Amino acid sequence: MTLLEAPGAPSTKPARLVDLFEFGLDSPICLTWELTYACNLSCVHCLSSSGRRDPRELSTEECKAVIDELERMQVFYVNIGGGEPTVRSDFWEILDYATEHHVGVKFSTNGVKITPERAAQLAANDYLDIQISLDGATAEVNDYVRGPGSYATAIKAMENLQAAGMENFKLSVVCTRYNIPQLDEFKAIADKYGAQLRLTRLRPSGRGADTWDDLHPLPEQQRELYDWLIANGDGVLTGDSFFHLSAFGEALPGLNLCGAGRVVCLIDPVGDVYACPFAIHDDFLAGNVRQPGGFAHVWRQSELFQELRKPQSGGACTSCQFFDTCKGGCMAAKFFTGLPLDGPDPECVQGYGEELLKAAKGKEKSAPKPSGDHSHRTSPPRPREGMGPVQLTLTRREDLQRPPVNDCEPNPLAGFAAQLASEQESAS
Amino acid sequence: MTACAVSTKNTSTLDLNQAWQVHPQVSIRPEPFGALLYHFGTRKLSFLKDRRLLEIVQVLSDYPTARQACDVIGVTETELPQFQRALATLRDSQMLIEVSV
Amino acid sequence: MSQSPQNTIPAEEAVLEADTLVEEVSIDGMCGVY
Repeated sequence: MTLLEAPGAPSTKPARLVDLFEFGLDSPICLTWELTYACNLSCVHCLSSSGRRDPRELSTEECKAVIDELERMQVFYVNIGGGEPTVRSDFWEILDYATEHHVGVKFSTNGVKITPERAAQLAANDYLDIQISLDGATAEVNDYVRGPGSYATAIKAMENLQAAGMENFKLSVVCTRYNIPQLDEFKAIADKYGAQLRLTRLRPSGRGADTWDDLHPLPEQQRELYDWLIANGDGVLTGDSFFHLSAFGEALPGLNLCGAGRVVCLIDPVGDVYACPFAIHDDFLAGNVRQPGGFAHVWRQSELFQELRKPQSGGACTSCQFFDTCKGGCMAAKFFTGLPLDGPDPECVQGYGEELLKAAKGKEKSAPKPSGDHSHRTSPPRPREGMGPVQLTLTRREDLQRPPVNDCEPNPLAGFAAQLASEQESAS
Repeated sequence: MTACAVSTKNTSTLDLNQAWQVHPQVSIRPEPFGALLYHFGTRKLSFLKDRRLLEIVQVLSDYPTARQACDVIGVTETELPQFQRALATLRDSQMLIEVSV
Repeated sequence: MSQSPQNTIPAEEAVLEADTLVEEVSIDGMCGVY
C-alpha cells in the first residue's frame, strides 16, 4: 500500500485528528462542571462571576443523575469547579459517586477546605485529581487578583496535600500582565510541593471582562510566555489554551483546537449547558440538563452544538499562513471583546486583533455582557463568622390569653372552645 | 511530544509473536473514525484512527500472539508494519502491556 | 479526506504523520476545560 493514492482510489490516509474532531463526537471527551456559584472569594477576573449561591442549583440527586449520564456516555473525565465547589456540603459525596461510577474527576479549588484529613482522603483515591488555583508567585501579586489571604490559603492546601503523599496534583495559574514575569518562580513552587504546573490563558469572561484592560498580557509578554513554554514546556500543562500562540511558529502540545461544543462543554450550577466555561452567555447556551433527554440530548441534538460542529468560516483569517494551527483563536475572547467570530483573536500575535479593536473603538456597539452575575454584593465578601450577636428583644405575645396547646395534648378540643368563645365575643 | 521539526520517534519494534493485553486502567470508547483510549493512571488519551486497529485492541488478549489478532481482523502482510508501529506506540504509552505467563 | 498542507513540517515528517494510526495527547490538551 502506497501513501500516494491515485485520484478516485479509496483513501487509506488517516485524517488529522483535529479534522476529525471539528465535526464533534457522540459524547464529550471531558467537560467542565461548575457545581456552585457560591464562593468564599471574589477574584477580580472570575470567569463565572461567582460569589453568591444560585437558589436553583442542582440538588444532590440531580447531580448524581448527571454523573449516571456521564457514565453511560463514557465521558472519561470531568473537571469540577465553580465558584468554590468544596463549599457545597455534598461535595465529597458527589466526588465519591463520580469515581465509583467510572468518571474520573479533577476539581479546581482555592484550597479553603483542603485540611490534612481531606488531603489524606484525596491522596487515597486514584481517580481523583486536584488543581489548586494561584495567580501570583508572591502574596502581593496573587492577592491583588484573588483577595487578601488567598495566597496563604493556597500554600497551606499544597503543604497539606504534599504531607498526605498526594503526588502530581496541579498548580493552576491564569497568566496575567503581573505574573508573567514570575514563571520561573511558579515552576519552583510547583516543584517544591511535588505538583505539576499548569499555565492557562486569561479570557475576558465573567468579571474578567471588567478587568481585562488591566490584566491581559502585553504583546511582548505573549512572546515571553511562548518562549518560556517552548523552553520549559515539558511537563507544564496549558489546557491547550494557548493555541493562538502557535502563530509565533511551532505549535505547542495539545490539540490546538477550540473544543467548545465539539469535544468539551460546560454544565453550570443550575444545569445550563454552555459550549465553554468562558462563554457563559445566552448565545452559547445549548440547553439544560433538567429538560427531557437530559445532558445527552443537549450534547447530541442541540441546535447550537450542531452548528458549532459544521465547518467554521475562518473569514478574514483563512488567508493567514498560521490559520491551520491558530484557527482564528478563542471564540470567547472574540465574543466578549466585541470582535466578530470569523476574524482575528483580540490577542492575535500578528497584531490583526489589535487593529480591529482600535477600529471598533468609538463606534456605538459595545461588547456583550456575560449572562448572570453571581458576584458578592459586598467587597470583600462578608465573612460568615464574626458577624456579632443578633439583636433580639424578648417579649410575650399580648394577644394570647393562654399558652398555645401542647402538641402532645390528647384532647382534640383543647383550646378550641376557648378560641371559639373569643371569636364569638369579638363578632358580637 | 510536540508537533515540530524534531527527529522522528524512535520506538523499538513491537514483538508480534508475543501476547499482549490492554492495561486494566484503560477505558476504550469506540468512535466512527476508530476509537478513543483513556488511561486513568497516566491521564493520557490515545486516538485510534482506524476501526481495524480498534478491533485488534479489543481481541488482543484472546490470542496467543499479536500477529494472530491482526490476521483474524484482516490486516494484510503489506499493512502489517503500519499496524505494528501503531501497537508499539500504544505499548510506549502503557495502553498495552505484555501478558505475563 | 485530503490532507491539509503542513507548512511547518518537512516532507518526510508529513509522510510519517500520515502513516500514523495513533495520535496521543494529555487529557489536559483540549481547550474549553479549566
